[in-house]
Amino acid sequence: MTATVTKVQSNGQCVVLRPGNTNCAGCGMSLGLQWLEQALDHEPVTLAIPACCGIVTAGAFPTSAYGVPVAATTFASSPAVASGIATINNLNGDDHPVICWAGDGGTYDIGIATLSAAAERNENMIYICYDNEIYGNTGGQRSSATPEGVATTTSPKGKTEPKKDIMAIMAAHRIPYAATLSLAHREDFFRKVRTARQTKGFRFLLMLSPCPTGWKSEPEEGVDLIRCAVGCGIFPVYEVFDGERYRINVRPDGTPIEHYADHQRRYKSVCLDKTFLERSIAVQWRRLTALESMFPADKETL
Amino acid sequence: MPRALVTGNHAAGHALALAGEANRIARGCCGGAYPITPQTEIIEFLRAFPFTKGRIIPVESEHSAMGACIGASLAGARAFTASSSNGLAYMVENIFAAGYYRLPIVLIAVNRTLGPPWNIWVDQGDSLMFRDAPWIQFYVESHQDLVDTILLAFRVAEDQRVLLPAAVALDGFVTSHAQMVVDLPDQESVDRFLPPCRVPHRLRYDHPATVGGLTWPRETQRHRRDLQEAMDCVPEVLAEAINEFEAVFGRRPVGALTAEQTQDADEVLIACNTMAQTLRNVVADRRKRGENVGMIRLKMFRPFPREALRTAIGSAVRVGVLDRNHSAGSGGIFWQEVAATLQARPDVLVQDYLVGLGGGDVTPEHVSEIVDDLRRRESSGEPLWQEAAL
Repeated sequence: MTATVTKVQSNGQCVVLRPGNTNCAGCGMSLGLQWLEQALDHEPVTLAIPACCGIVTAGAFPTSAYGVPVAATTFASSPAVASGIATINNLNGDDHPVICWAGDGGTYDIGIATLSAAAERNENMIYICYDNEIYGNTGGQRSSATPEGVATTTSPKGKTEPKKDIMAIMAAHRIPYAATLSLAHREDFFRKVRTARQTKGFRFLLMLSPCPTGWKSEPEEGVDLIRCAVGCGIFPVYEVFDGERYRINVRPDGTPIEHYADHQRRYKSVCLDKTFLERSIAVQWRRLTALESMFPADKETL
Repeated sequence: MPRALVTGNHAAGHALALAGEANRIARGCCGGAYPITPQTEIIEFLRAFPFTKGRIIPVESEHSAMGACIGASLAGARAFTASSSNGLAYMVENIFAAGYYRLPIVLIAVNRTLGPPWNIWVDQGDSLMFRDAPWIQFYVESHQDLVDTILLAFRVAEDQRVLLPAAVALDGFVTSHAQMVVDLPDQESVDRFLPPCRVPHRLRYDHPATVGGLTWPRETQRHRRDLQEAMDCVPEVLAEAINEFEAVFGRRPVGALTAEQTQDADEVLIACNTMAQTLRNVVADRRKRGENVGMIRLKMFRPFPREALRTAIGSAVRVGVLDRNHSAGSGGIFWQEVAATLQARPDVLVQDYLVGLGGGDVTPEHVSEIVDDLRRRESSGEPLWQEAAL
């Protein structure tokens, strides 16, 4: 039932993630949750976390590594549960953020109907997907966020289908704000969390989250890997306002794809088709730059 | 108290709205709305109701309808929703979750046959599907019973000794769509009957718990025992609530069951919902003929009122159970419970009658045949299928 119970505040400030959590070394969530807390200036938040590594983070009853109230929801339910929490908090004059913190399985796969519905209703919440492109909690199975070519325990010869474009799906809901978060770009990360905080309605943030056990990468290389992912263009850093105005925040810098892929056995264990990867990145960027030039964020109306 | 001619669904909508509105002085109310025949009018009613401090969320599925209730209840609100049949099946993961979280959510289950094959008529297999979830379950036989039981359900569910969700089940179409005259309580009386909803483990910044996180086996078993202990409190809390109900509304609702003409009965038949009304007429008819037949109308299925049932059966030697549900490979679900309750009474014969599944009319003729069969019996047999009318 209710897990507990150390006092939330240190120096009157809210701590989202406390020491002593069960995250793996090098888990993207550890940095992501701390940056979230700092970007929100230690403001109290309520988390709704579905079945995923993010709820294992809390540790076992009666302890909780989270310094904020958390609803541990069923796998597909976090946006529905958060809708109820936000509704009641708002009706009672509490406007502190209600945040869904969910993995890619809960976001791209089992929870997408719930997510889509909460976005369509423009519920007053922030949804953050920490995307490690794998069912990490169960030991590394493919999800629809797994990129094409990547080996997982359920795609041992490499996934044959491309990664789902969740940002395009969320933008198509015309939500007020959608953005991608890079753990290698702190200022951009903080600004986007604050933009999300200042926006009303449904806000969606997608964070590429290093997973050493799933990616078969070195724990200390996580942030470097994200920098390479942004540099080579496989993870575009951009934001979409009202589903119609685009801004690219960080452009690819010509980092070779190998700098990203060769440091992860999930890519290396299968015969990596470098040309194919580069082609799919190029297509992604052609689309994104076209959208940005046709529908720039700086112009209110077209 | 205004009297009104309303459908069962609108009666349920009124009762939910009154209960929700009564919590305007506290954290407010919230529900999830998703349509399915035959309960749709309930959620339509709720969506149209001008709550002072509440919101009915038009979700995309029953799973999310209960999800929204869970969130609202975790935030300290009074929460409720309604569903039927496959909608309840789709909701069932969160039905269990709501109970395991110990949230006093009220769910209206308008009983409808589970499909496929598709059939929109009454059958209790849907709400009995989650009989093993930590939910109080009531089965009501009339519109007035429905309104009163919904209000009682909130009162019992939210009692700090209980803190369990409660389902109120009614017959699809037979009750949900028929119109009956009911006394609809005024808001002021409901305000008096339902104190502000208090969820002691609600999400709070000054007490940042992870509600529903990981537990080890020992804590999990303890949690299950806590659920049983909470269930064990229900009969007493319900009895108190009925007294309070009578004091406020001037009317006394039925409790866990009613024993009717059982004192000197040789045969007792057990039924719930509208089948109990038919049974009541048949029993009255048999009594006129000098037959010592009695009946028990079972209203509360969880917690199962074993003590009250044993007492009510008294000196009867033959017990017949009417089951409008079927557990494949076993038999009727009410029969299983009754048989287990009477295991220490080898002198009592317990016979199951599977009747009216898929919404077939259970007519006085059907019930009469069942009474005849029971009276002839020397021993009990396998559950007996009573052919349904069209």
